Amino acid sequence: MKKLLTAAVASVALATPALADDPTKIGFIYIGPVGDFGWTAGHDRARQELQDHFGDAVETSIVENVDYGADAERVMTQMALSGTDMIFAASFGYGPDVNSVAGRFPDVAFQHATGYIQEHPNVSLYDARFYEGRAVLGHIGGKMTETNTIGYIASFPIPAVVSGINSAYLHAKAVNPDVEFRIIWTYSWFDPSLEADAAETLIEQGADVIMQHTDSTAAVRVAEDAGVMAFGQASDMVDFGPTAHLSAIVDRWAPYYISRVEAFKEGEWEAQNSWLGLGDGIIEMAPWNDRIPAELQEEADELIAAISSGEYHPFTGPINRQDGTPWLADGEVAEDGALATMDFYVEGITAEFPN
Amino acid sequence: MILGSINPAVLLAALMVAATPILLAAIGELVVEKSGVLNLGVEGMMIMGACLGFIIAVNSGSPFLGFVGAALAGMVLAALFALLTQVLMTNHVATGLALTLFGLGLTALLGQQYVGITPPRTPRLDLGPLSQIPFFGRAFFRHDIVVYLTIALVGAVWWFLKYSRAGMILRAVGENHDAAHALGYHVKRVRLMAILFGGACAGLGGAYLSLIRVAGWTEGMTVGAGWIALALVVFASWRPWRAMAGAYLFGGVVVLQLNLQAAGVRIPVEYLSMSPYLITILVLVLMSSGKARASLNAPGSLNKQFHASG
Repeated sequence: MKKLLTAAVASVALATPALADDPTKIGFIYIGPVGDFGWTAGHDRARQELQDHFGDAVETSIVENVDYGADAERVMTQMALSGTDMIFAASFGYGPDVNSVAGRFPDVAFQHATGYIQEHPNVSLYDARFYEGRAVLGHIGGKMTETNTIGYIASFPIPAVVSGINSAYLHAKAVNPDVEFRIIWTYSWFDPSLEADAAETLIEQGADVIMQHTDSTAAVRVAEDAGVMAFGQASDMVDFGPTAHLSAIVDRWAPYYISRVEAFKEGEWEAQNSWLGLGDGIIEMAPWNDRIPAELQEEADELIAAISSGEYHPFTGPINRQDGTPWLADGEVAEDGALATMDFYVEGITAEFPN
Repeated sequence: MILGSINPAVLLAALMVAATPILLAAIGELVVEKSGVLNLGVEGMMIMGACLGFIIAVNSGSPFLGFVGAALAGMVLAALFALLTQVLMTNHVATGLALTLFGLGLTALLGQQYVGITPPRTPRLDLGPLSQIPFFGRAFFRHDIVVYLTIALVGAVWWFLKYSRAGMILRAVGENHDAAHALGYHVKRVRLMAILFGGACAGLGGAYLSLIRVAGWTEGMTVGAGWIALALVVFASWRPWRAMAGAYLFGGVVVLQLNLQAAGVRIPVEYLSMSPYLITILVLVLMSSGKARASLNAPGSLNKQFHASG
């Protein structure tokens, strides 16, 4: 009986779309603190823009520092139970949790960032083509390095990070055949002291340009102190190293968030799998540091324009895998599927690939 | 593989720096546990120290005042723990965990205005000719003063616990609080002082992170250092010098794996970062059997409530 009743209530809820003056409740869950000045800060910037855009028509809430697994599931269940209409889960590792909660709450629209698991019709995936931005960073880094050594602080060996390393390497190599990459995996998205240590280690081993795919600002600061160069991650980190900070890939999720909420409000929301890049404005480059020579700035701008227009793809063959076997033939362009599952280094990177 | 690019002297130097914050927190917690109290709030007290030390250093322009403030901040949180567990007789474990959550939340609030600021620089201790010795100079004699004071503190704690009368009373309280009470020692007062000392040390450890190692404040920046410190105390079976060896070992593992990775060697990082916790679990399992417990040197009254009527 109770089950029947719940089913009836659920079907009523389904039949009546949210009233126009009823604010759409949107929940955000973050892996790090909104004060990380990196990845999570990027998502929260977008949330604020979303709130400003819709005003009273939406009601946003956040839960930060949510671990993958049971914690995430609990938080999202709580959100769904308290009447949240849309949930943005802003980290790769929430995949299984999003899908498990989505199965139980078919009326809640789930938006999962950088994920790949889509088991229910109410789970939408969205991602940014970070490798496009990495290509630009690689180009600049390859030309700026004097020691021909670029240090790379990486988080987890997932396709988004791996394709970023490959893209940066290929474009650094293209402008500087002698360039060498030193890569450290921290197995964490946010650990300022470990990232600082990693940056120090890389600098000690000869790197004079530091790239990072981790979320804290520690590495930029270390680079500033050591008098070398660095690229920020996910947000403009120039305040942490005014001299060192060459540029950064800045995430701009707001246009996408606004379009999805718009669709939801009009009852047109449906699950998608969007992978947006420089051309869509979802990522952009932080202002060039003045120490980047004018002609290099122009080259970088041209590269951005070429990638944005679709005229050039950062993974255009010939490209071999690390072991020398061919991956892309001359002129061949990598398919999205291959990039979304990338689990190897390209030829020329000397480090061994982590399992 | 480019192993030649790893400089052992720099490795040793980095190891000492990486170990210092956890060693500071661990040596404080060691004294607390020796008095029979288990304070799981180390992480919370560390982050308080990191945050308030940073705020005070930035506003006063003096890293020294920052460290003093950090110690006081850690003590304030520890005093709260002492009030709850010693006076109101709450459960140690639950109170300690609450302390950690409280510290993380409060500092996120307090530190909001301080993200993105550079703290005043803590000068390196000028050891003159010593720092010029080949290899050893780079490895051991070019650090900030806190690194050396921490080692001195370990020595002082060792001496205090082993030879001083007050240290023996503290140990007696930790081994058997009823007996100590019967002898006329003030169990709660001893424990209160130990808890405050632990708080001050944890606060200093946190400040070392925000003022020297990372040199910046970010919310949640301790990321588990307090838990490592707790693990370290058990790992060291409550012996100060062993805690130092353990801290250097843990610090060494971190620094070495970073260096090996940068040199292009594939190493199982996941297992290495798990190792401190695995060892601790192992020690705890061993401890749960009575005979092993004695041989591990665990304080007899650790984590047991004391009430004078009992």
